[in-house]
Amino acid sequence: MLNTVYQLVAPRRIDLAIEDLHVAPDALVVRPTHLSICHADQRYYQGMRDPKVLAEKLPMAMIHEAHGTVVFDGSGTFKAGQRVVLVPNLPVEEDPIIAENYLRSSKFRSSTADGFMQELVVTTASRALALPEGINLDVSAFTELVTVVMHALNRFDATAHAGRASFGVWGDGNVGFITTLLLRTRFPEAAVYVFGKSEEKLADFTFATATHLITEIPADLEVDHAFECAGGAGSIDAIEQVIDHIRPEGTIALMGVSENPVPINTRMVLEKGLRLLGSSRSGVTDFQTTLDLFNAHPEVVAHLSRIIGGVFDIRSTADIATALADDRARRFGKTILHWMV
Amino acid sequence: MNFAAILAGGQGTRMGATDKPKQFQMLAEKPVLIHTLEKFTIMSEFERVLLLCPAEWVEAAKDLVASHLGAAEKVVVISGGATRSGTVQNAIAWIEENYETDENTVLLTHDSVRPFVTYRIIQDNLAALEEYEACDTVMPASDTIVVSEDAQLISSIPLRSHMYQGQTPQSFKLHALKDVYAQLSAEEEDQLTDACKAFVLRGKPVTLVEGEAFNIKITYPVDLRIAHALLGQFE
Repeated sequence: MLNTVYQLVAPRRIDLAIEDLHVAPDALVVRPTHLSICHADQRYYQGMRDPKVLAEKLPMAMIHEAHGTVVFDGSGTFKAGQRVVLVPNLPVEEDPIIAENYLRSSKFRSSTADGFMQELVVTTASRALALPEGINLDVSAFTELVTVVMHALNRFDATAHAGRASFGVWGDGNVGFITTLLLRTRFPEAAVYVFGKSEEKLADFTFATATHLITEIPADLEVDHAFECAGGAGSIDAIEQVIDHIRPEGTIALMGVSENPVPINTRMVLEKGLRLLGSSRSGVTDFQTTLDLFNAHPEVVAHLSRIIGGVFDIRSTADIATALADDRARRFGKTILHWMV
Repeated sequence: MNFAAILAGGQGTRMGATDKPKQFQMLAEKPVLIHTLEKFTIMSEFERVLLLCPAEWVEAAKDLVASHLGAAEKVVVISGGATRSGTVQNAIAWIEENYETDENTVLLTHDSVRPFVTYRIIQDNLAALEEYEACDTVMPASDTIVVSEDAQLISSIPLRSHMYQGQTPQSFKLHALKDVYAQLSAEEEDQLTDACKAFVLRGKPVTLVEGEAFNIKITYPVDLRIAHALLGQFE
């Protein structure tokens, strides 16, 4: 089937390509309707990735956060017209130990495979989940980002010691917001402190126990465990502060992506007996857990709707460029694309 | 209920030295008309997809559909008419013989030689018929249109912002289309190159649906080369 794909061919240049995709008898074909921009997409679009990496990956369609309507499902799992959220991780094997999102053989949309900026997405029913009826369609556009936090929390829960009286979240961006919200929902009795750079952004964390500017953290403030959601160059200072304020034997969940190596005070990691827990992306089970959360806790969806920073109707490559520029100019919030090409 | 009629009646007389109609020529790994059919056959919005071919190509077309398409049973291959309107009327006749139709029955017609039609264009056609009895897929004219009635001198140069180039699909409420065909005089029917014109001649509204620049019609040999280039296959 001929399919129109909007590919990034060079930094800040998106061109249309037409691909002849094989539609297997049991394939799932989805029309993407709602897309959401991730920082990772911006790093490709703005040319902030290593030129060698860009040369290997481009041309490539961006966007790995999306949902859409089913056009055709040869497997019979979904009905035509049903709304499904799309899973960007594309495993080619199963492993009894290693999760699908850590298998080096897995492909990932908008990284090692075309993302969702396509006329139609050809996938399989195993890479899609039905969206709950009546859910906010703009919030569910960034379900994938919530699944990444959900995945990190599940790993944390399975790894960290049982003391869960207090948590610290470093980072006042989208990931920090979602992490704080999910911690509050999962551990309602715990204290959740947020540390960030912007008073204005921190004021939006209405469900946190307390928020602090990173320059004004009380010296005696301690947390059982910490989540680093800063990313980039900010990871260095964030991890340093975490090590200062975390109690011995706590777990530090690392969630911020950095293009450059991040120095860590390993002496204090050793002295305090800390655990550093890495996590990245998510798998189908995390999507299911997240959709269950949306169903059980409508207040989570309501809070998530507050971080929508911009909504754009996309009918052309020029509209895509406008939305990406607006997203880049904004310091906080998710940009939603209503995909109409 | 919606039906799609893929019009593959052309004899390929403009395609150059080859005898094979252009819709049967290969584009990458499949004949052009198979690419076109694929987008319609996966859409549940269509009850059946009719493929209307020259009579001598009907059996060959059935073979191609069976070997290339997973949902081959959804496709009905029948013979087209001597003209475009004759072909569309054959489609109407087949639908009425095999299904109960009503005022909401939709017939979407599409050139088999426009394989790059998009899902959005098809959906916009169907959406347009929720309000109108007919719609035409068009692109704003990018070139100035020059009118000459004697093929020697310019008669007029219309305002470009009023000019559009017609593509397909063209979609209709089936009963309304049948009615306007029935009202055409023999002279009008002779001059009819396009079903939307039948509505315009009767003063009935036809709404516009935005096409795509790449929704090209493969008419001349160079078009097939352009189609290959669109697919990233530079020969």
